[in-house]
Amino acid sequence: MAEPHAHAAPHEEHGHKPHGWRRWVYATNHKDIGTMYLIFSCTMFFIGGGMAMLIRLELFKPGLQFFDPQFFNSLTTLHALIMIFGAIMPAWVGLANWMIPMQVGAPDMALPRLNNFSFWILPFAFTLLLSSLFVPGGAPAGGWTMYPPLVLQTGASFPMLIFSIHLMGASSILGAINVIVTIMNMRAPALTLLRLPLFVWTWLITAYLLIAVMPVLAGAVTMLLTDHFFGTTFFTAAGGGDPVMFQHIFWFFGHPEVYILILPAFGIISEVVPTFSRKPLFGYEAMVYAVASIAFLSFIVWAHHMFTVGMPLAAQLFFMLSTMLIAVPTGVKVFNWTATMWKGSLTFEPPMLFALAFLFLFTIGGFSGLMLAIVPADYQYQDTYFVVAHFHYVLVPGSIFGIMAGVYYWLPKWTGRMYDLKLATWHFWLSAIFVNVLFFPQHFLGLAGMPRRIPDYAVQFTDWNMVSSIGAFGFGLAQLLFPYVILKCVRSGARIGNKAWEGAHGLEWELPSPPPYHSWTTPPSDAVIARGAAH
Amino acid sequence: MMIRAKLTPLALAAVAACGASPAQAESGWSQLNMPPGVTEISRKIYQLHMEIFWVCVAIAVVVFGAMIWSIIAYRKSRGAIPDVTLVHNTKVEAIWTVVPVIILIAMAVPAARTLVEIEDTTRTELTIKVTGFQWGWQYDYLDDGVAYYSRLDRQSDAARELLSGIDPSSVEHYLLNVDHPLVVPVGTKVRLLITGADVIHSWWVPAFGVKKDAIPGFVNEAWFKVDTDKPGLYRGQCAELCGRDHGFMPIVVDVRSRADFATWLKDKAARAQAAAPGAAPAGTPATAPAVTPAAVPAGTPAAAPAEAASAPAATAS
Repeated sequence: MAEPHAHAAPHEEHGHKPHGWRRWVYATNHKDIGTMYLIFSCTMFFIGGGMAMLIRLELFKPGLQFFDPQFFNSLTTLHALIMIFGAIMPAWVGLANWMIPMQVGAPDMALPRLNNFSFWILPFAFTLLLSSLFVPGGAPAGGWTMYPPLVLQTGASFPMLIFSIHLMGASSILGAINVIVTIMNMRAPALTLLRLPLFVWTWLITAYLLIAVMPVLAGAVTMLLTDHFFGTTFFTAAGGGDPVMFQHIFWFFGHPEVYILILPAFGIISEVVPTFSRKPLFGYEAMVYAVASIAFLSFIVWAHHMFTVGMPLAAQLFFMLSTMLIAVPTGVKVFNWTATMWKGSLTFEPPMLFALAFLFLFTIGGFSGLMLAIVPADYQYQDTYFVVAHFHYVLVPGSIFGIMAGVYYWLPKWTGRMYDLKLATWHFWLSAIFVNVLFFPQHFLGLAGMPRRIPDYAVQFTDWNMVSSIGAFGFGLAQLLFPYVILKCVRSGARIGNKAWEGAHGLEWELPSPPPYHSWTTPPSDAVIARGAAH
Repeated sequence: MMIRAKLTPLALAAVAACGASPAQAESGWSQLNMPPGVTEISRKIYQLHMEIFWVCVAIAVVVFGAMIWSIIAYRKSRGAIPDVTLVHNTKVEAIWTVVPVIILIAMAVPAARTLVEIEDTTRTELTIKVTGFQWGWQYDYLDDGVAYYSRLDRQSDAARELLSGIDPSSVEHYLLNVDHPLVVPVGTKVRLLITGADVIHSWWVPAFGVKKDAIPGFVNEAWFKVDTDKPGLYRGQCAELCGRDHGFMPIVVDVRSRADFATWLKDKAARAQAAAPGAAPAGTPATAPAVTPAAVPAGTPAAAPAEAASAPAATAS
């Protein structure tokens, strides 16, 4: 049955909607801003990905063929910063913008002008960061972790790095505030917290993580700035400071940041798997509590990134145990997703394919994470390609596949059109195969002793590096299908109704496709909410 | 030779390189795992690594098995009807929360035990100060007045230049060879005092299971004790990004019999004193009696492939 309020929207629309460039520059609509976030993210994904291709090109064989080592270090540094802050995080905010108002029964985000501001900071932040490639001394090359004293050797691009980090952080905090206020204040009255879709839940928790740790990062880089320009010695032993203190502060931000990058993916997987299993999510409440405990634990594990700095025995034991503990709620999530599929009725449309690859490959990343928690073994893994393989397994088939599952899941809702399923399936299979060719051999390289962040290597590492590079080129090329599938869908996809997928539940599927300009102008009724709730 | 062909079109380089790989393939493909190493600690680390690996494999078999079973058995195309009542099961959920906790504790205990052993830096017999700098290492035998620098060897250094035209596979131990290796005796608990001169470095020799950051202004401790029957050359690299030439500061440790080491050290100390009669270099003045140059050790038994590295070490000052 069609809900009357879903059609009330056009009436609201006329006066307020700016057109042309004003629509985007003055945007206050959650869908327009969400679209801009997603386009921005996609652009950064290809810029950061292009850098990854250059990295793998240089590493294809031993000997330096293309780049000076300093420029190679700039490539790895910028690749990481762009992918983390430019590709993954804005993609989550874009998806939050599009989906959260629809999923909680709100007309828009709570703070539309703040929303506009938090988006428009980003193009400036990344223009600043990328233009550092062209200043004397080259782009930052001290790694995205910016450890002093090395980062203090950065040339003219140093303040550009610091200021762009400040901007990215400010944008994230504003986005997070908007998400929290929207969920807390704008959701339909009957939609109690424990009826919220998992994507909303994971984003709510992510938003709190962002607000908690982004200021910590800002503090850390500000201390770098004053050490560099104003004669402070926070991180210089000669002046009474401690370079390791930076690492503690950085990773106090950095570990929750890891979960900022993955929790919304957990949310999407928790939406996609039930839909294509035609069965409600198994253990909904356990899933919510698992995410909350992962978020809590993420604050007390940071030093596992720095076991080799020479910490006291007691500290190493504490961080080993707390890190291992994270495996428990993470395991609960994986088991619950599996149980959701158990005795379901599965079909394998592109969102489900990406979700399934997520389940297998993210779990592999979880296993190597567990191995890395074992301190004595970590002494051997630390700063090798084993770590590179680990975090790429959780970030590429984890976060990135999560984003792709989300886009392929909701794209028909956004556009009102179905995309080319066959082409998207090709995109999936090429991605899933090449991502393993790309990253699995890096486990071998790391265990065999290849350090990370090196532009050239001993000849015994040649074979697996070649395989990895071939995987990288294949993966990179396959990604070109992604924007093509989306553009084709927007232009000429077949029209669809409210529900794009047979098994889909949730408030967003109660709205027309594409949804009205202001999603829910009156809150959805209890009956609609009950129908939408998949649990 | 075939390198020349690769210089011109950048895009072709990748393709051309495919042809070059078979020559080096003999050792590359088989390098899949961590080496067990040559110290008791490195073997314990290896054992922990294998244990946690097999635990992960076992869990993977169960979890992936359930996933694959679901994918195969519960397909809509095979007429699967969803059981929508299956949304909660307290007993099962309790099991899959508690069982992982037990597995984790079972893993944490041996890991903690090994860690305690690693952290025990008492009763060491020889102390060497290791200073990482951009880009190389300085070794300082604190009690003997012997100190010297250790850098990437000349052959590798020439070959690693951008477009050098030298085939890396023609260079022995490309990027893993130094001019003057660290020399230590077998069967001796050697303590390293590790620090950095400029930025943070990390001293890593996989065969010893030692990786410790070299932090400017701070001194870290590490130790290793190589098996008596395992003299030889062991190689590692800096493991913390330290700037432009981070990839080009290898570590080579020349492990010799106790007698050979003693002779080597005496000789080095004597030379150091002769070179600087007034002021002894770094550390305490050497009291060791002068030894004739004839006592220079004749290489190490298990070090055949890297004579190039070990020989000059003996004559360095």
